[in-house]
Amino acid sequence: MEPVLVVDGIEKSFGGLKVTDKVSFSMFPGDLTAIIGPNGAGKTTLFNILTGHLAPDAGSIRFEGKEIAGARTQDIVTMGMGRAFQITSIFPEETVLDNVRVACLSKLREATVFIRPISAHKRATDRAYQILESLGLEKFSDRRAFELSHGDQKLLDIGIALALEPKLLLLDEPTSGMSPEERLLTRELIKKLWSLFNLTLLFIEHDMDMVFGIALKVLVLQQGALLVEGTPEEIRSNPEVITAYLGEEL
Amino acid sequence: MESNKRGWTTQWAGIAVLALFALLPLVKTSDYQLTVANNVLLWAVFAMSFNMLFGVTGMLSFGQALYFGFGAYSVGLFAYYQGTWWFLPALFLGMAGSGILALLIGPLVLRLTGVYFTMLTLAFAQLGWGIVVKWYDFTNGDDGIQGIMPPAALSNKVVYYYFCLVLVSVSVWFLWRISRSPFGLMLRCIRQNPSRVRFLGRRVKRNQLRIYVISAVFTALAGGLMAGVDNSVHTGMWYWTTSGEVILMSILGGMGQFFGPFVGAAIMILIEDMVGARTEFWSMVIGIVMLTMVILLPKGVVGELVQLKERLFKRSSALGV
Amino acid sequence: MDPSFLVIQGISGLTMAMILFLVASGLTLLFGVVNVFNFAHGSFYMLGAYFAYTFVSILGFNFWVSLLLAGVAAGAFGMLMEMLFLRRIYGRAEEAGFQILLTYSFILIIDDLVKMVWGTEYKSLQRPDGFSGSVELLGMVLPSYNLAIIVLGLLVAVGSWLVLSRTRGGRIARATAIDREMLSTLGVNVPLTLSLTFGIATALGGVAGALAAPLRSVTPGAGIEVIIDSLIVVVLGGMGNFWGALLGSLIIGEVTAFAVAFVPDWASLFSFLVMIVVLIFKPEGLFSPAKVRRA
Repeated sequence: MEPVLVVDGIEKSFGGLKVTDKVSFSMFPGDLTAIIGPNGAGKTTLFNILTGHLAPDAGSIRFEGKEIAGARTQDIVTMGMGRAFQITSIFPEETVLDNVRVACLSKLREATVFIRPISAHKRATDRAYQILESLGLEKFSDRRAFELSHGDQKLLDIGIALALEPKLLLLDEPTSGMSPEERLLTRELIKKLWSLFNLTLLFIEHDMDMVFGIALKVLVLQQGALLVEGTPEEIRSNPEVITAYLGEEL
Repeated sequence: MESNKRGWTTQWAGIAVLALFALLPLVKTSDYQLTVANNVLLWAVFAMSFNMLFGVTGMLSFGQALYFGFGAYSVGLFAYYQGTWWFLPALFLGMAGSGILALLIGPLVLRLTGVYFTMLTLAFAQLGWGIVVKWYDFTNGDDGIQGIMPPAALSNKVVYYYFCLVLVSVSVWFLWRISRSPFGLMLRCIRQNPSRVRFLGRRVKRNQLRIYVISAVFTALAGGLMAGVDNSVHTGMWYWTTSGEVILMSILGGMGQFFGPFVGAAIMILIEDMVGARTEFWSMVIGIVMLTMVILLPKGVVGELVQLKERLFKRSSALGV
Repeated sequence: MDPSFLVIQGISGLTMAMILFLVASGLTLLFGVVNVFNFAHGSFYMLGAYFAYTFVSILGFNFWVSLLLAGVAAGAFGMLMEMLFLRRIYGRAEEAGFQILLTYSFILIIDDLVKMVWGTEYKSLQRPDGFSGSVELLGMVLPSYNLAIIVLGLLVAVGSWLVLSRTRGGRIARATAIDREMLSTLGVNVPLTLSLTFGIATALGGVAGALAAPLRSVTPGAGIEVIIDSLIVVVLGGMGNFWGALLGSLIIGEVTAFAVAFVPDWASLFSFLVMIVVLIFKPEGLFSPAKVRRA
């Protein structure tokens, strides 16, 4: 099987400080991989590099066989990389439906059609309802997005990313700021979405129940470098990881 | 769907208002009333095309006078040098020229955001104003151009009024369709969260440029038609206070509402007209109205009314009515 | 070319630059500290000119005393505007747009107020005693009032900088620009600081108007001309940058003075051209290295 993503030795420094240090890993179709690491380990920076928000100083990123290191965000997204954000990033004044629908329209290349009203775009509309249903948000579809609870806004953020039918979906701390109940629900939901939409998923997470509960593979970052990668069992029993990271939190 | 229902309300309200404007020549008591109504219509188009930038996409341009003046002077100069026959072709040439000008200036101003964008649009417009004022041999400078007559078929005041009303209705319809289309949704999304729009795989600047050009074209239409209302053009049309005036109209009526700028234009023109007849200090009255609006009714007349309606509706449904 | 002609034009440019700087430094201070874009700043310039006219020509005060009083009066007006109106919109969503509108409405109101109080006809103001003639310097005859403005402008520049950088009040003002919340937890009266900054900035504008009054006629609408020029200056220097405003003023003052001398018909276009070029190539202003300001 061809890998979706091959990251090879990428590096990034901010004013002499190495925030990403020769990171290499691969993602295959259907992978469900978690990235963990203490605060400041460079997890979000890694996402920013993958999505073209930052250009790496060195190294290569091949997405579906094409080099994307330093490419523009909109081009990387068009190639099939999706991302949901740690700090919820939605369109607050639009309806919940339109938040997802704008992404569906974008995927169908109908986002810049003018004259024809949105409601006449049946395919995008149906698809948006389908995604809202899978997230359990369909009952809010006519509400403005800012009226949703924090947890639901995070789900909506994921929904926008899902609507683009990404070949690889990056989730940045999907459960941050959620209540314990919401976390539990979100954990199950992400697992469900993963199998429902045949996703390839890479997520950053601090909640260890989530990481060890659903991830098939775990990457541990420390000070910008990849400390170790393996199955949840291997990570849990890895002495290096325990001393570096897990020891304090578990 | 609630949002669709509101869309229908807006659409019927718009049709009703334009129908009222169509009835006006039957009940008017003087040609002057017709001129005022025509002013309202044309400023409404100007303000609504500005609001596609500001209220919808979040681009505060302080230089829309450039395209207004361009449209007006295309008509004015062609009619002055080439004769009345050129009035209509010049109107459309002005729109096309304005679009091209916006296509050239747009990429430059769109390199900047926020206050810097605003200032650069202002600078370009002022440059245009300066050129028109100083190029006396060609433009008549501050004297302006008088005696601009629409072609014979449109020379009757009432006919010209209906001619404007038709073009205004078409423009309003077109802008309305844009705002209900996927493109309109994309523009609103750009205002609220441009970086997320990039994560939809869309180019923010390209879409901003599209609406910038569209706005310029309709602004030029309003300017060109205005030349036939006043039968003259003057350099004030290019001046930054003209750009300022449409900003005020949008806010006054409500920049979050499609017809807000229309209502704002009507209120502003009527204030100028009524207060102007009684005192020379009408700009102070506008200033005070504006100040009050900014402090007390920041959503604008239409926006506050819509909110009031929503609040009443919610209360009655909570009571089980 | 006659070198003394160049010097005379240079002096005239410097004079204009200093007056512009007084207006623009206030504008840039407001932008930097209060985070307000004061579109009505030119109106305080105009008010200063009218106040000075009233004090000198109607009440018969000494010119320099009137200059000071005009500044105080314009500043008081500015503080009132901040305390009664601007304060109410701080922190509102899309505040920048509302700031422009609110201050724009003050342009309209103050313009008409001036017409009501002083009428629409031009007013003129005599140069102060001892500065009506010219002085001979290095074999050239130079107008002494222009030299006085240049010296005074430089004094105000250095003085304001000292106040901003060396006094407790100045340090508080600069800190306000960075973190208002932090300062209020430290017990600083932030609203008062903002009002005072507003007062000082508009007072500078008022003084500029009073100083310029003997050179230009005093008219309603003077504020609108000056606000556009000082905007250009502020943008050139980098918004919120004090010394940048000085540099911007010098550029605009000199460019305009020499443009007037060589291409009089098109002179007024040059400042816009300079602004367009700078905004396109260095939008953060000439004076501020981009990295420092964004850090």
